[in-house]
Amino acid sequence: MAHHAPEHEYTADGHAVHGKANVKPILKALAWIVGITAFEFLLAFTMPASTLRNSIFIVLTIFKAFFIVAEFMHLRHETKGLIWSILVPMALLVWLLVALITEGSAVGEAIFGAAH
Amino acid sequence: MANPTTTLTNSASYEAPRSGTWDGGNEPFKVSYGKLMMWFFLLSDAFTFAAFLTTYGMVRHRHLAYTGTAADFKFSSAYWPIPEKVFNAFPGLHGMDIPLAFVALMTMILIVSSVTMVLAVEAGHRMDKDDVQKWLLWTLLFGAMFLGCQAWEWTHFITGSEHGLKMADGSMVYGANLQVNEYGPVLFADLFFFITGFHGTHVFSGLCLLTYAFIATTNGTFHKRGHYEMIEKIGLYWHFVDLVWVFVFTFFYLI
Repeated sequence: MAHHAPEHEYTADGHAVHGKANVKPILKALAWIVGITAFEFLLAFTMPASTLRNSIFIVLTIFKAFFIVAEFMHLRHETKGLIWSILVPMALLVWLLVALITEGSAVGEAIFGAAH
Repeated sequence: MANPTTTLTNSASYEAPRSGTWDGGNEPFKVSYGKLMMWFFLLSDAFTFAAFLTTYGMVRHRHLAYTGTAADFKFSSAYWPIPEKVFNAFPGLHGMDIPLAFVALMTMILIVSSVTMVLAVEAGHRMDKDDVQKWLLWTLLFGAMFLGCQAWEWTHFITGSEHGLKMADGSMVYGANLQVNEYGPVLFADLFFFITGFHGTHVFSGLCLLTYAFIATTNGTFHKRGHYEMIEKIGLYWHFVDLVWVFVFTFFYLI
């Protein structure tokens, strides 16, 4: 069951002889997420709203998602089969998003005319 | 006369569990049943949130966009509002225009709670009960702080501003609910309540799970079991809540 079986000794009263916590990759992921968020805020106030800015926001968000899923949720260290089982269905959602946003624009055009 | 003890011993429940490759004993993904099912549950939950955010994108594109400069922006139900003009309040700083600062704080609180959760999982791997307890408590604290911030944000959004919005028929609208909205189209408020509300509900469930995990850790339940896998499963859920917030933040507050 436990895949990360403790590899250290126990004292007589059942307390583990604590190994050193390996927090370096965790803090590195945190630094990336905080850094990307700070950069997003910088952009939000220095760059005028445009399709380009929105695209940058979405790409940066996917970067942040990568750090959370790969490092915090540990998916990076799982088997290939599990990784693909999670990622492939998510990819279909991109299609849903593009399809329905196009649909929304079409409805808006029908209501407000081509100027929309 | 049949001996009940003998009957019990012969009953099927005393058979050794089947563990052959084709009897369900195989673990192709090298994770336990519980963790695998948590992953698949989260996948289905991701579909739900993706549906919400896709709906937001669709409804937003169906409405007119504001085309002027941010400085000239005025609230109107005729077009979709700019988020930095809607979410510009900070607790204790009444009437000041501080765009997106509060949501930035909320984002940081949730990300930090995710880190303390990883540290709890990590302490579980080392069978360090004291550390697990410590990091679970920090996670609970930050999670509760986030929920408190959201409660404040909702209150502010529902109450609205003093100046309100004058509608075409001359009536005044203050704040927002599911029927009226001083910040823009009614659907903007509806989607705000549904998306952040559904996320907040997930944070609340996460806090319940964390409370259970803390009590069980304190009672030594996981230590006696020999592993802290329950913390890992709850951790997966908690990171997912953080992950969803990252997307809500981008699509609702930045774009």
